[in-house]
Amino acid sequence: MSFDYFEHDADIGVIGRGATLEEAFEGAAEGMFAIMADAAQVRPLVQFAFAFAEDDVELALVTWLNRLLAEARQRGLALARFRLKRVDGQWQGEAWGAPWGANMERGTEVKGATLTMLRVGQSEGAWEARCVVDV
Amino acid sequence: MDISRLQKIDACSWIVPLRAGEKRAPAILYGSESLLAGMDDKVLEQITNVACLPGLVGSAMTMPDAHWGYGFPIGGVAAFDPELGGIISAGGVGFDISCGIRCLRSNLDLQHIAPHLEKLADALFRAIPAGVGEEGRLRLTPAQLNEVLTGGAQWAVQHGYGHADELEYIEEHGRMAGAVPGNVSELAKKRQRGEMGTLGSGNHYLELQVVEKIFDPATAQAFGLHQGQLLISIHCGSRGLGHQVGTDYLLSLAKAAGRLGIRLPDRELACAPINSPEGQEYLGAMNAAINVALANRQILAHLTREVFDEILPQARLETLFDVSHNTCKPEKHQVDGKERLLYVHRKGATRAFGPGHPALPARYRAAGQPVIIGGSMGTGSYVLAGTNESERRAFSSASHGAGRAMSRTQALKRWQGKELIRDLASRGILIRTLSLRGAAEEAPGAYKDVDEVAAATEQAGLARRVAFLRPKVCIKG
Repeated sequence: MSFDYFEHDADIGVIGRGATLEEAFEGAAEGMFAIMADAAQVRPLVQFAFAFAEDDVELALVTWLNRLLAEARQRGLALARFRLKRVDGQWQGEAWGAPWGANMERGTEVKGATLTMLRVGQSEGAWEARCVVDV
Repeated sequence: MDISRLQKIDACSWIVPLRAGEKRAPAILYGSESLLAGMDDKVLEQITNVACLPGLVGSAMTMPDAHWGYGFPIGGVAAFDPELGGIISAGGVGFDISCGIRCLRSNLDLQHIAPHLEKLADALFRAIPAGVGEEGRLRLTPAQLNEVLTGGAQWAVQHGYGHADELEYIEEHGRMAGAVPGNVSELAKKRQRGEMGTLGSGNHYLELQVVEKIFDPATAQAFGLHQGQLLISIHCGSRGLGHQVGTDYLLSLAKAAGRLGIRLPDRELACAPINSPEGQEYLGAMNAAINVALANRQILAHLTREVFDEILPQARLETLFDVSHNTCKPEKHQVDGKERLLYVHRKGATRAFGPGHPALPARYRAAGQPVIIGGSMGTGSYVLAGTNESERRAFSSASHGAGRAMSRTQALKRWQGKELIRDLASRGILIRTLSLRGAAEEAPGAYKDVDEVAAATEQAGLARRVAFLRPKVCIKG
């Protein structure tokens, strides 16, 4: 699993890659949260889980990223580890992170994942999930 | 942008010609040739997509500071008639609903604040929660939050944040009508916990600025501005609640569009007819988020006054004006000699009512609405005044900022936060931030030339320049 970024004038394009669709989504989440905090400084002290239903895999990517943003914000957490499973059409997500601390280097807040340049697909046997996130 | 794809109307107005078989409303780009040449081709693609949306009145337009956004370009303006099937678009408003600028004018000049700049910068940085993960002190019960959702800045004033006499200098008198708290999800409300009275991140800021140049002395006098005067600008929006309203409705409207028979050239233009249950539901939620933004800027203005009361107790900070630049609002406009009720989307564009407009406070009615173009932390900002020509050309709209010229990832490769902050300090501009990454992303060089944007805004007839403001202290989100 890995992540990368692509160019956008005002915001940031995030790409997650993995051997499976779920891993690509996890990679995209890592890439998005790495905009906000240095993952090396975020210890997995707090865990939470949630589920959602979405048949459209592209909208599922946006829903996954936006649920993570909302859950992290309402819990006051920086996140760095993610796990996603798809069971009988239901997406089951988990995330780990830590409360924001005074000594954490702050990045830039992501407001939401958008439908712009949204694409989920396979290339050369690997999955790739990408979209622009609004900062 | 390849400007050979455009047809020049005049020095600062361009139209995108229709291709064979293409059916859409006109798309007009305002700006000088060099500003347009520096824009990404995606701006052109996005504004022509907007011109395809149902019920559009007149033209889809971009302001001189336009850049590539999501769905709508940033700097996009489009008006829709509900009686002609006109739509409201969550993508046309964006995630940071009612992001805007509160500008305070003071009774102090540079000579009064110069010996205290370091102290002011440090105290403001302590008092104003800024940056990702930072929370405010204010905690609201669910019932209180619902009151904010309908009360806006008026709620804040009623609860001790500021003065009632400044409400008339806020758009909608500080309270957007038509807010429906029940249309805002519980997740959005939970996300706002800890975020009232916070600045946010990215391009948000609180700046101490000094009036360096006056372009229009009569209007400057009407606005209470003079050379050397301290102004304070607060740039932020509706925080987590607004972001979640944008998220919720972007997805639900994207799904609804197909069901409602709207063909979207880009899914990010997610929309519904204004006169549909889906459109009305979004409108009620968006209006509630506008009120959160108005209350938030009112609270931040109050926190700023508290800092000045401690350090410079003789300071009086009055609201010059509060403008929002990510909204869709019902407004009456003249179209072909007839007054019509239109829903005007301004995404990264400022409302700019001209002289005589009934919505303006009496003090500004002869001069026109104060319009604020917020520039980068190293260059400066402009105060302009709305014009009547802007009503004819752009439904009374103007630029909102300098506009990005370079992506954040490119900026990160070119600048280091620490060096940039040191360099700005050597030029007399004090930066306080928790985010070195954010400082690098917001490097002045990553923005268009704000002087050129303001000049093009004036030349296009959208607003006229009144004063140029030079930053002295920037609290960066």
